Amino acid sequence: MTTTSPVEKAGASTATYVDQRLGSNKFLSRNLGKVFPDHWSFMLGEIALYSFIVVLLTGVYLTLFFKPSMVEVVYNGSYVPLKGIEMSEAYASTLNISFDVRGGMLIRQMHHWAALIFVASMSVHMFRVFFTGAFRKPREFNWIIGVVLVTLGLGAGFTGYSLPDDLLSGTGLQIIRGIVQSIPVIGTWGAFLLFGGEFPGTDIIPRLYSLHILVIPGLILAMVTLHLMMVFTQKHTQFPGPGRTNDNVVGYPLMPVYMAKAGGFFFIVFGIIALIGGLVTINPIWIFGPFTPDQVSAGSQPDWYIGFLEGALRMMPNWETNLAGFTLSWNILIPAVIMPGILFTALGAYPFIEAWVTGDKREHHLLDRPRNAPTRTGLGVMSISFYLLLFVGGGNDIIADAFDLSINGITWFLRIALFVIPPLMFVFTRRICLGLQRRDRDKLLHGYETGRVLRLPHGEFIEAHEPLSIKDMAVITSKTDIAPLPVPPKADIDGVKNKQFRKQNLRSKLSHFFYGENIPLPSAAEIEAGQAHVAHDAALEAPLASYEDADELRQFHGGVLHHPGMPETNAEQLADRKE
Amino acid sequence: MTDLTTHGAHGSEPTRPGHLPVADVPHVLRVADTDPKAAKRVERQVSSMFLLSILLVVAFVVAYIGIDKSTVVYIPVFGEVGASTIALGLTFGASVLLIGAGAIQWAKKLMPDVEVVQMRHELVSPADETAEAAANYERGKEESGFARYKMIRRTMIGAMALFPIPLVIMLRDLWSSPVSGTLSPAEILSTTIWKKGERIVTDATYLPVRPEDLPVGGLVSAVPASLQEVQHLEGNLNARGKAAIILVRMDPDEIVSQQGDGWDYQGILAYSKICTHVGCPIALYEQRTHHLLCPCHQSTFDLANSGNVVFGPAARNMPQLPIGVDSEGYLIAMDDFSEPIGPSFWERSK
Ligand code: HEM
Ligand code: FES
Repeated sequence: MTTTSPVEKAGASTATYVDQRLGSNKFLSRNLGKVFPDHWSFMLGEIALYSFIVVLLTGVYLTLFFKPSMVEVVYNGSYVPLKGIEMSEAYASTLNISFDVRGGMLIRQMHHWAALIFVASMSVHMFRVFFTGAFRKPREFNWIIGVVLVTLGLGAGFTGYSLPDDLLSGTGLQIIRGIVQSIPVIGTWGAFLLFGGEFPGTDIIPRLYSLHILVIPGLILAMVTLHLMMVFTQKHTQFPGPGRTNDNVVGYPLMPVYMAKAGGFFFIVFGIIALIGGLVTINPIWIFGPFTPDQVSAGSQPDWYIGFLEGALRMMPNWETNLAGFTLSWNILIPAVIMPGILFTALGAYPFIEAWVTGDKREHHLLDRPRNAPTRTGLGVMSISFYLLLFVGGGNDIIADAFDLSINGITWFLRIALFVIPPLMFVFTRRICLGLQRRDRDKLLHGYETGRVLRLPHGEFIEAHEPLSIKDMAVITSKTDIAPLPVPPKADIDGVKNKQFRKQNLRSKLSHFFYGENIPLPSAAEIEAGQAHVAHDAALEAPLASYEDADELRQFHGGVLHHPGMPETNAEQLADRKE
Repeated sequence: MTDLTTHGAHGSEPTRPGHLPVADVPHVLRVADTDPKAAKRVERQVSSMFLLSILLVVAFVVAYIGIDKSTVVYIPVFGEVGASTIALGLTFGASVLLIGAGAIQWAKKLMPDVEVVQMRHELVSPADETAEAAANYERGKEESGFARYKMIRRTMIGAMALFPIPLVIMLRDLWSSPVSGTLSPAEILSTTIWKKGERIVTDATYLPVRPEDLPVGGLVSAVPASLQEVQHLEGNLNARGKAAIILVRMDPDEIVSQQGDGWDYQGILAYSKICTHVGCPIALYEQRTHHLLCPCHQSTFDLANSGNVVFGPAARNMPQLPIGVDSEGYLIAMDDFSEPIGPSFWERSK
């Protein structure tokens, strides 16, 4: 018997009241018990979501004090070193937030840290989705939304970074002006329209402000909503494990476990950001001073997520061509416009490219282990290494300084490395994946190596092997071996020419490239024989270690119940098991 | 209990070689599951976290009121920080964190830790619903006559296509030429306020410069004397962004070449300060090599040799400003720059 408290009674009547108007209980009945699989890497997306919420909350607070204006004022606040200096109202109000509003510095730093964590966790979340193949059918749309979100995140970060109008952020805007101006035909006009005339003008901060607090967050919010709705409808993917198939979801129900864990985690992320915001200085704009177009601080660095663009700009050779009297600045266009354009387009298109190459049209709800998709994993590591090299390039002056190297030397090294290291990383990663596959195969055939050496009665020495645990068995055998697409015929049996030959042939070749290197799983019979053999070995060792438990584990089949529709309650399951 | 070996039966995946029926790993009971005392302990633990969170909010309010905002404290590792910021951050952060920690501890230790299973449902709509949707579409098409009324269809598509045009056109006045539309952006970018006879003054103090003020090897950042007034009139920093220059002095014998004959004055050279790459201001000068290094992307220019690019992504020389002295012996410009300064643009050499 459960008792109902007055609060619960009130809650129940509220639910009824709302239900009579919206039919909301139908939704609750379906979803309060919805099962969410658990894995540490699924928290990455949550971190992104929660830090975005922190960004929204702190951002609203900042708008109450910040003045998006480039009108020159004389600073008269409590930060002594800048007293009496002329600066824009934007910069003065940011100083005011930092030094004269109680808690203002905390909120400003929380906003900035949360923004950094937002972009970082989104990126790592994206890596997780990529390497586990979670972007495959039916989740391609959500992948694209994710790519759009990362792009918007960069835009939000850059526009926000520019608002305080300090020397560092102004330098960033100056670079943006140069980039926009380099675009053929429309660039000069584009820059004038953006800045309301020449650089710096007096319009850019108010314009960035409306983008930063309204347009971009609005778009992000819309995208995040879509993203989550799709996760909800399609249900979360899960890692392979005992009882987990492509047709079920194994995990904890929304009410209460997932709610408590995810809800609790929101407060953890929030709390950590507040702690960092209170303790760790970020973007000390009072040190940089107000912006003026003829000053720059040496060793100036953008926020980390812009680093790859900065690196690309630094590495690019100084090509410029004259086209019938017009100037084409490849030295800016390639690194700052074309390269990121290709990078983000390829990223968004990847699920479709892979699906076309593999001809895979099945739904996937069980995640791939990265080693079981060696080509994809290789491509991923290759791209990350490319990105990291650009990123390192963005800090070439700092590296030169720290290690006493010549900047020219580093730049030349990176220019070459950018074309050499990523392909090497691809080959190398694929090798490692295949090595891991081979090890998995050995485990299936010979069990675990224990490192214990046994002497058999007739004097032979063997290394004791242990049978695989149920969990490992499930995880390892989750691999699917897929044959590459066959080479297409040049003509059909009646001798009619295959008009699609070239396309099909390319596809078959790519498919061989994708699936070609693979260590197939042993057959069921081989695995059974192998594990029986291991069990036999283990029996020899029995006096040394008790294997009765192990046998019991293998007999055990009671952990997970299959139940179409609603899960049984945990209590029921526990009771069941005791019988 | 449902049989676990039926996995493959309703699977959309082909039965794979080597795929064995699987079972769950056994559930290990936690101490709190079996020992009521342990459960009680966890209960106390969780509620003390929530209680502490409450107390920290009280501490936050005390710190907000009590700590002067200008007090600075030194904390190892973090350095000099505002006492108020630290206290507010610690109390607020910890109070929020504890709510989370309590909830998670509660979930982990007291709520059931047995995973449950739910079946997925096919995403694709049942055939009859798809058919119904298609039928509804056909009915709509038929009733509206969309297929029959060709003229309506075409004019409507045309009208819809033009609908965004006004919205885009109205962006045109994001910028309009100050002199009632007479100057194009390219023209504006191509000139600065330097002109013949314009005095060169230091950039912060606006003091005119005599050649003697500048030692060999020295560098001075400078602007036109009229800048202050122009800046005041225009109410922006645009003129400064284009007119900023650097003056360097070297031994006249060391000058290999210049952009114009006699554009120096007794070894004093004036160059634009705005990098020809994407426009950062430059003032890192190495007097031994006469190299000027841009801090943004490390383009390096040789000031003794027409400001040529010796390294980095910039494609063009730093533009040189011809200089001389006036009757009072102060440095002046002899002309404006002969080409647009700063980053390139499409029409720059037109
Ligand atoms: C969507 C993700 C967002 C990101 C990544 C982001 C990022 C940033 C960054 C990096 C800064 C510079 C902070 C500094 O160090 O001074 C900033 C400033 C600012 N942000 Fe955001 N922001 C976001 C959303 C918002 C929202 C939703 C609002 C308001 C509704 C907002 C309001 C502001 C204001 C007023 C400033 C200037 C105040 C200051 O710099 O102190 N931001 N933002
Ligand atoms: S702006 Fe000077 S090198 Fe890029």
